[in-house]
Amino acid sequence: MSRLIFEESKPGRQAKAQIPTSQLDEKDILADIPEALRRQTPVMLPEVSELQVVRHFTKLSQRNFSIDTQFYPLGSCTMKYNPRGVHRVAMLDGFVNHHPLSLEENSQGFMACAYELQEILKSVTGMKGAALSPMAGAQGEFAGVAMIEAYHRMRGDHARTEILVPDAAHGTNPASAVQCGFKVREIATDANGNVDIEALKANVGPQTAGIMLTNPSTLGVFEEKIEEIAAIIHKAGGLLYYDGANFNAIMGKVRPGDMGFDVIHLNLHKTFATPHGGGGPGSGPVVANERLLPYLPIPRVAKEGDKYRWLTEKDCPDTIGRLSAFMGNAGIILRAYAYVRLLGREGLHRVAEFATLNANYLLARLKALGFTAAFPKRRASHEFIITLKNEAKTLHINALDVAKRLLDYGFHAPTMYFPLLVPECLLIEPTETENKETLDAFVAALVKIMEEAQTEPDLLKGAPYTLPVRRLDEVKAARDLDLVYKGNDETKLGSE
Amino acid sequence: MPFIPHTENDIKEMLQTIGVSRIEDLFDEIPKNLRLSQLRDIGPGMTEMELNKLMQQHAKQDGNMLCFIGAGAYEHHIPAAVWDITSRGEFMTCYTPYQAEASQGTLQLIYEFQTMMANLLDMEIANASLYDGASALGEAILMAARLYPYKKGQPTYKVLMPRTLHPNYRDAAFSIAKHQHITFIDVPYVESTGKINSESLQKLIDDHDDIIALVIPQPNYFGVLDDIDALTQLARDNHLLSIGVVNPLACALLKPPGQWGGEGVDIVCGEGQPLGIPLAAGGPYFGFMCCKKKHLRQMPGRVVGRTIDMNGKPGFVLTLQAREQHIRRAKATSNICTNQGLLVTAATIYMSLLGPAGLRQTALLCHQRTRELCDALTRIPGVNVVFNAPYFHEIVFRLPKSPNEILQALAKNNIQGGVALTDPNLKDCLLMCATETKTSQDIKTLAVHLREILAGEKLVCHA
Repeated sequence: MSRLIFEESKPGRQAKAQIPTSQLDEKDILADIPEALRRQTPVMLPEVSELQVVRHFTKLSQRNFSIDTQFYPLGSCTMKYNPRGVHRVAMLDGFVNHHPLSLEENSQGFMACAYELQEILKSVTGMKGAALSPMAGAQGEFAGVAMIEAYHRMRGDHARTEILVPDAAHGTNPASAVQCGFKVREIATDANGNVDIEALKANVGPQTAGIMLTNPSTLGVFEEKIEEIAAIIHKAGGLLYYDGANFNAIMGKVRPGDMGFDVIHLNLHKTFATPHGGGGPGSGPVVANERLLPYLPIPRVAKEGDKYRWLTEKDCPDTIGRLSAFMGNAGIILRAYAYVRLLGREGLHRVAEFATLNANYLLARLKALGFTAAFPKRRASHEFIITLKNEAKTLHINALDVAKRLLDYGFHAPTMYFPLLVPECLLIEPTETENKETLDAFVAALVKIMEEAQTEPDLLKGAPYTLPVRRLDEVKAARDLDLVYKGNDETKLGSE
Repeated sequence: MPFIPHTENDIKEMLQTIGVSRIEDLFDEIPKNLRLSQLRDIGPGMTEMELNKLMQQHAKQDGNMLCFIGAGAYEHHIPAAVWDITSRGEFMTCYTPYQAEASQGTLQLIYEFQTMMANLLDMEIANASLYDGASALGEAILMAARLYPYKKGQPTYKVLMPRTLHPNYRDAAFSIAKHQHITFIDVPYVESTGKINSESLQKLIDDHDDIIALVIPQPNYFGVLDDIDALTQLARDNHLLSIGVVNPLACALLKPPGQWGGEGVDIVCGEGQPLGIPLAAGGPYFGFMCCKKKHLRQMPGRVVGRTIDMNGKPGFVLTLQAREQHIRRAKATSNICTNQGLLVTAATIYMSLLGPAGLRQTALLCHQRTRELCDALTRIPGVNVVFNAPYFHEIVFRLPKSPNEILQALAKNNIQGGVALTDPNLKDCLLMCATETKTSQDIKTLAVHLREILAGEKLVCHA
């Protein structure tokens, strides 16, 4: 197993090229900082050579599955190819060395890219204003719901205390609503994977601030009655929030603005191919229609003549405010912009088409081979759900076992156990950048795994076998908390 | 079409398997009246070569200027190995480590990061990062509200917010926390020192009975070093939670927040950008958060734990996920779903490369440079240091001309001179920073130009 960097450490070792050569007179330099404010204890960081560092982290990287190395059909995450050319331009000196608080007149290059991305996002969603500062999807959700809150408050309507959320929604939806001070009311899904209209009508009223929806939904199917839902909510005086997690399925084919949504967040790290980075950074810009424009977060870029400038609280007195120290994840914004310019209108248009083609192809092949689709009569959007509830009964294996065995076959597992509504589910999203051979290989692997499940089910229960570790004890992890390395003998923090 | 690998043959075969004749048929569940035929207002695509040319033009505009701006984002030397390794596809294009066995690289790295941050700040627990320093403060305040013993009938929580804190941090924290019945009470600073006015602070505490926490920045927005031991003690004496906001690089030289007031603060947060992250026009950066062990259950964000696999071999997993949105949904500690994984990777490699000696040397050099900056500029007639107090990293100078005029004139000479301040008492001031990347020659250049500008040399305003 890979040793910790601390275990490679030896007192006195240094990466000498990174340490200044001139001997610094510490006493002299620190003379004007009072003793009581200075650090007196050593900093416990690893003492290693540069080669040790390079080897250690390079070897660590080799213990990861990634888009660059494996098919990664993680539903709802849109693991498409992250173009290297896009990464390269975002790392150009002029961008990388630019301080965010530089004078506006010296920031026009970046601001031009940001402004144009704002315009493009407005165009693909059918909305009137855009703000790029939310630093992740969840922050975009927070912004959108906060804008709805501001809208009702400014109208003097203080009865709107509830946000409606489908029971199939992503966890960030209710969490964001609560963070904005709302109560959450869940609406049931019907057997076809759509929001239950009767349940919706029963739960809408003067207390409804709005509804948060994803379309296509987290169940992988298009919300067929979306226009009716929009009408019901708007009639009751509420607003519609669109979670853009699944935008890859419809970009260029439908605009959420046309469906009736009032505010939308997009996930640049999904639809716009910016790198996931092992958990971040993301970027969750919000776009809004006319009535929610005044509440968009700041800062945003405005264009006056041929000059760009930052809009602040002074320009936008009703803004929900600032969400970050600077203007958000600038480097991610640049990458998304470069991606869109690279693809252009025809390339962007093809994204949803081929994402949907790949998903429907996989669905058709798996159905033909005996797998159970959660919604067999529906088209797949850019993703679909397979349920293993029958196999769980007959073969005593579950979605987790299949997912772990897929890792041995060199595929990252699909999303498991989400949405919560479908038992033993796998949410599969191939994305448009995968070729037919990869999809066929994935199907072949699943078939093989099912054969293994019939002949030797214990094999699945013990998977994976070919990775740096076997299945990990998560119960022990939570019980005997070890979050910070304490040295060789004493590695526990003690039980809670 | 970029990145779509399908041949005409592939498409034909796939459509046949599905049982439709055209790709368009796959969208037949979408109401016809909603369907678009094409994207408007978007230009044609381009090749990578054309993209390069376009982006190089934009990048050149923002140029490579000599930068003396700090104010929350700092220019440091970043060893080449940091981003070479961080940009490896295995780090850049993997996802959140939900399949732990297939993500041991990222998970072990985060465990090492948590350890390094806890050590650097001398705190018991660190999380796997939040979005940035400002939003981390917002989350810290929400955490403080959850931690504070509930007082019956108390409708609001008040948090003491010094005017010495970065104004953007205050604004972002307010946007995030205001929906949870949390209000901020401004704490004034002493005009001569730029430190928190402790007398006013005590009076505010005595006058309000629903205060839950005190925010303590170190260094503060002005670069001034405050009396953190006394402030932390004051918070403890008054049964308030203490929230430190620190610069992690500075902690190599300054007393870390885990030692303030003897027992340390309850929660620390701040901006991790100084640790190997380039300025990059404002992001992505990463926020860090550490806390005392006893507060762990209310800490937001991801946390990685070490455990064993079924063969007893050590391995790493995300743990305590029951706090998070994907499990608790509406009852989660936060809606946060991301950590800044890529930036954490860079920071961990940076801290490993620099080690304790390198980090300390870098911080020492920064202080030396800022002292040199101070000496050089105060020799110019009319330029004075505003705050009579120890400082680190940056200084507020009072100048005899409008700060914006000066900044614009400096920019004509390819220098970003600093940041003008919004505080009404500091309207004629600039906040300036010199890190280890500034040479003596750079500082001389700045001084020469500033002298010229103040002496009334032509201030040419190009239209």
